[in-house]
Amino acid sequence: MKIWKLLPLVAIICVGAVALTSSAGLAAGHSKKKGITLVWWHNANQGAGLALWKNVASEFQKSHPGVTIKVVPFQNEAIRTKIPIALQSGSPPDVFQEWGGGRLVDEVKAGKVANLTKYVKPWIKNIGGAAAGWQVKGQQYGIPYNVGVVGFWYNKDLFAQAGISSPPTTWPDFLSDITKLKAKSITPIAIGGKDKWPDAFYWDYLAVKLCSKTVIQASAVSYNFTNPCWLKAGTMVKDLLDAQPFNEGFLATPAQQGATSSAGLLANGKAAMELQGHWNPGVMQPLTPTNTIPAFLGWFPFPNVPGSQAAPGSLLGGGDGFACSIKAPEPTCAQFLGYIDSMSVQKRIGSTNFGLPVLKGSESSVKDPNLATVLKFRSSSPFVQLYLDIAYSDAIGQALDDAVANEFAGQATPQQVVDQIAGAAKKK
Amino acid sequence: MSIVEAAPPGRARARPGGARFGGRRWIEIGLFVGPAIALYVIFLLVPVVQAVHYSFYSWTGLGPLSDFVGLGNYREAFGDRFFRQAMEHNGILIVLSIGLQLPLALGVALLLNRPLRGRRIFRLIFFAPYVLSEAITAVLFLQILQPGGLVDAGLRSVGLGGLVQLWLANLQLVFYTLFVVITWKYIGFAIILLLAGLQGVPSELHEAAAMDGASSWESLRYVTIPLLGPTIRIWIFLSVIGSIQLFDLVWIMTLGGPAGASSTMATYMVDKGINSYRIGYATTVATILFGVCFVISMLYQIFVLRRDNLTGTARMAG
Repeated sequence: MKIWKLLPLVAIICVGAVALTSSAGLAAGHSKKKGITLVWWHNANQGAGLALWKNVASEFQKSHPGVTIKVVPFQNEAIRTKIPIALQSGSPPDVFQEWGGGRLVDEVKAGKVANLTKYVKPWIKNIGGAAAGWQVKGQQYGIPYNVGVVGFWYNKDLFAQAGISSPPTTWPDFLSDITKLKAKSITPIAIGGKDKWPDAFYWDYLAVKLCSKTVIQASAVSYNFTNPCWLKAGTMVKDLLDAQPFNEGFLATPAQQGATSSAGLLANGKAAMELQGHWNPGVMQPLTPTNTIPAFLGWFPFPNVPGSQAAPGSLLGGGDGFACSIKAPEPTCAQFLGYIDSMSVQKRIGSTNFGLPVLKGSESSVKDPNLATVLKFRSSSPFVQLYLDIAYSDAIGQALDDAVANEFAGQATPQQVVDQIAGAAKKK
Repeated sequence: MSIVEAAPPGRARARPGGARFGGRRWIEIGLFVGPAIALYVIFLLVPVVQAVHYSFYSWTGLGPLSDFVGLGNYREAFGDRFFRQAMEHNGILIVLSIGLQLPLALGVALLLNRPLRGRRIFRLIFFAPYVLSEAITAVLFLQILQPGGLVDAGLRSVGLGGLVQLWLANLQLVFYTLFVVITWKYIGFAIILLLAGLQGVPSELHEAAAMDGASSWESLRYVTIPLLGPTIRIWIFLSVIGSIQLFDLVWIMTLGGPAGASSTMATYMVDKGINSYRIGYATTVATILFGVCFVISMLYQIFVLRRDNLTGTARMAG
């Protein structure tokens, strides 16, 4: 039969469907008018974080009558894909997980994130330099609640077995300790190469230890990688790879899933160290048979490279924060983020080992000796650079992770790594 | 209205094909078919057209579509060695599926079609993996294939420790490791299809062939396989489309790595779209993927399946 005859009918049905959905939307809009509702998306879907955020929401509701907080926890990988889609849609969450850096710049450029500067002015100085990673052009668009640094988590017992009395502080010492560990048939380093970003930590960190602060910070704006220190970072990664310090089959090893992940290998005494974020004890704990953080665990910062342009003690790190979408009731949303950075909540973040609090005066709440060490180095560091893959715009950050992962797989030279990152920046 | 009321009841109904009767029939058809067509248009045709539209832009998924790049994304995709590598992997997968899985499935199906003791149990064993989801299969084999895992331990226990490999970390090997897992998972489906096809081969034909002096090989070659033709052709079609779209298993087991050594077009697309937030570029890849599937399906329909469809129609007509 003539199909075109059906077309008006299809049109009518389509219009009907649209009308139905839009009227449903209207209904939702009406019900919102009673009081203020904040929809809160976060990534702490288990353990201490999940419980803490639940309490924080109910405490805020109690102290702010008329405010309802709808807490929606997501698995971390899932929330990263859901946020941009939700921001692009007409109904984004009011409060959502925000890691700062290049992604935040893109979100601000697209006009999806609320400018909180005027609301947080009275207290933002209390969190010190941590706030900077969530600023765009001097304006505060997100608020961090937990900032840590990357460093080596190591097994003190295995270091002692290899005759290493104190952790290395310089790159040459580090390489010679690898030799000592290998001589005792101990796998020196576990790494989750499948996930790529653990590979990038090495390149990032060597760049932070080789390039000056000015060069590093300028790279996130100009994406110019012509300074020789960038190539040197790749060359030193190559030196490290040539020493073969990594676990067997590290190219396919996941970072965090299961006992044979890199975190699991360290937790179960199968490798001597792992370069990871401050979250690692929390990742390792469930991967041990006894569900405890191993007693042999220690932490030392990434070794300095003598004679470089970088200030000794420069660190690579990053953290978690929240931002408010443009659809959010701004004053309430800002108040809520202020509550998350209040002494009461910040101290609980520290005392439950959920993270490293950012509020000045809350440091003492961190009781775990290793995390206290991390916090001490973070506070005294002359310069903490945000993870480069986060600091750069998404596409460029991902190109960095890919390029370094290719070098780890023997598929890219140090020069090609630099070229691939710069090439991705040009496409942008 | 008044005319309708004036007409004697029943007369309208007695006029087949009348205008009002036709209108009501159209409404009936519309009510039944309309929702399906509406869903099809809203959730399939519109997104396809939108995707093609996005593929001409450089777009992060945030903000308006403003950075028109024309065919730039397409040029970049075909110029990227990692995308070409991913396409190559899909191609190899198609060839291996038809070249290895089909003979294997056919062999097993022929065996299981014989009056064999415990035949049902064997059928169950071969078909069971197909019931598992790809995600579960992937996690299962991640455990089995890890260094020192079940495969390595098994090889060592029978004195074949020299064959132990880094199954998932070896760049030359990883894709073929995944192919073995895919075969394990999907071979059962091929076997069941072929077994069903074999049921339709009348035993009289074999008897006749035997009376004419055909060996069992000749009987297989000239009777069984030609009669299995429609089944084999439809399996090849499903297998090719599945090979092009392969994603879940690879993503969970290797994320397409190391260094793209096990990537497919779909993992490349997700990597660019979700991890790099290059939504415009990822839709370009999606459009290419769609195009490849579409062209292959069409050509296959026209040149290969047409015969089967025609005989099907003829049979229905007869």
